[in-house]
Amino acid sequence: MYLYDQFDRTLISERVAEFRDQVARRLSGALTEEEFKPLRLMNGVYLQLHAYMLRIAIPYGTLSSNQLRMLAAVGRRYDRGYGHFTTRQNIQFNWIKLADLPDAMADLASAGLHGMQTSGNCVRNITTDQWAGVAPDEIEDPRIWAELIRQHTTMHPEFSFLPRKFKIAVTAAAHDRAAVKVHDLGLRLRRNGAGEVGFEVMVGGGLGRTPFIGKTVKPFLRKRDILSYVEAVLRVYNAFARRDNIYKARIKILVHELGADAFAREVEAEWRPIQDGPLALDPAVIADIAARFRYPDYARLDDEGPELASHRKADRRFDAWLGNAVANHKVPGYAIVTLSLKPEGGPPGDATSAQMDQIADLADRYSFGEIRVGHEQNLVLPHVAQRDLMALWRALDAVGVATPNVGLVSDIIACPGLDYCSLANARAIPVAQELTRRFRDLDLARDLGRLHINISGCINACGHHHVGHIGLLGVEKNGEEYYQVTLGGRADEQAELGALLGPAVPYAQVADVVEEVVAAYLELRECAGETFVDTVKRLGVEPFKERAYAPH
Amino acid sequence: MTSPQERKRKVTGPVIVTANRLRDGAVIYRTLTGDWSARLEHAAVVTTAAAAAELLAAAAADDIAAVGPYVAPVRISPDGRPEPGNLRESIRQAGPTIALPITSGI
Repeated sequence: MYLYDQFDRTLISERVAEFRDQVARRLSGALTEEEFKPLRLMNGVYLQLHAYMLRIAIPYGTLSSNQLRMLAAVGRRYDRGYGHFTTRQNIQFNWIKLADLPDAMADLASAGLHGMQTSGNCVRNITTDQWAGVAPDEIEDPRIWAELIRQHTTMHPEFSFLPRKFKIAVTAAAHDRAAVKVHDLGLRLRRNGAGEVGFEVMVGGGLGRTPFIGKTVKPFLRKRDILSYVEAVLRVYNAFARRDNIYKARIKILVHELGADAFAREVEAEWRPIQDGPLALDPAVIADIAARFRYPDYARLDDEGPELASHRKADRRFDAWLGNAVANHKVPGYAIVTLSLKPEGGPPGDATSAQMDQIADLADRYSFGEIRVGHEQNLVLPHVAQRDLMALWRALDAVGVATPNVGLVSDIIACPGLDYCSLANARAIPVAQELTRRFRDLDLARDLGRLHINISGCINACGHHHVGHIGLLGVEKNGEEYYQVTLGGRADEQAELGALLGPAVPYAQVADVVEEVVAAYLELRECAGETFVDTVKRLGVEPFKERAYAPH
Repeated sequence: MTSPQERKRKVTGPVIVTANRLRDGAVIYRTLTGDWSARLEHAAVVTTAAAAAELLAAAAADDIAAVGPYVAPVRISPDGRPEPGNLRESIRQAGPTIALPITSGI
């Protein structure tokens, strides 16, 4: 856990007071909507189809049990008793009233939570690996760097009115769980030939209307230079990007049009004069941030005790869950446990206030009071003793978050879509729900192996459809919902954009088409070990297209 | 050349003006009496671009009650009541098409 200092607590509470005044002036008519809208957006308040929506930042996806309880309480007091975890490790409440927002924000602030910079043309919530700090394959905890950049960019006057929003993700593991290559700025901690740890800097990734995979503009950046280099990237973006056209204002368009090499040269020219200035990192600053991340006082335990093995033998459901939702921890005797927010027939990423409270209690009992949010819209208990897994599983099963489908076909990423979102053209949640019913057979799902279906209800791609192994994009044609299908996308270290399968299919047929694509994969794969994306990469989309569009 | 804004106002059938209520964001409809109602059947229905523009201008002038007014299509039912003219407006009127969590006892 990271412990906010007095500076942060004051900043958040001052913002609540400021927003309370702004809401009062809006309700009285002293502020017009035109004046008020940018103010509410700076605090994460959107107006959606049916109500205001409040987006709350969860920096680098880390929550304390008390913070999760506060989210549950806000959902219960001011909303309809549930929230939606998003693909950027945030949470959204869908039904909040404008008049209640200042009180809701004051409650959130008491737990160190806020909606600042979850909207608007600024540096958004900085995301990272949900296994940060506990993953065996990471070089070091990437959250320290995410926190450093968060501090530097929060209310930074030069970067509060960027040409468009700016999303940063950091990873420190060989396997990228943070989708850094599809962010405006992706940072990967790595070692150079001399064994020093620094950053690979990738710029210009992103999804939306014009998707791109990020380009590496700096293969190795020393840690001391991270803030000055990020500053230089943002300055070049600020100076060169297209403010005249909202569709061309993201940094990915600038990098694409300028070329990655030319962009890198511009950054270099901006960076050199400031490299050794005040932004050159003092190791004491990093040490201070690192000291504010509190790690559990782990017990000395052994891996895979005999009790765990006997539980696995005795209970097939437990064994299936353990094989699916439990991952290796860097500390012997501990495990990382993913809580699936993708039950059969459920809206992906939703959790009720009751579930949040129960998960917070379980985090206290079994995970040193800590919870993580992953961009796949699941939760994680990052510090579970293996000897507690059986008891935890029983409890999670009772809460409804132990479906053993993590990373499988029914672990679907979906945006809120036309059921909530004012930008959407088509629904995403009911499509996801239908697909979880079609693929309810978990033996089949395990046989299919890793298979990510990502669904977006519009071109803005909050459901990351471009990087789904199977991607579905909702479009509107003559008043009807249709879905474009893409295959072969992926968001990890081998990130790729999916290829279009064929003509868009109507709402009523989209689940059938996905089933056909999956059936084709089972026939086409070379062996059980060849994953869906590998089969698509080997064969292209044509054999899938023939099957999916064949007359039945 | 017609501006995109004007093209959007092209009226080919019955339309109403809808917005979100300022204090809670609820869906509301502009009525014949120059007020707002949460019920679509109370909405003023017009059928010409000029009438729609007039209705919208009056709605937009009421910046305290409503946010983001716009012209939306409706269908007229056999008994003469306006019904949502597209899926987006159906969802705005009736709520999400999915079952929401049961929130009693939370």
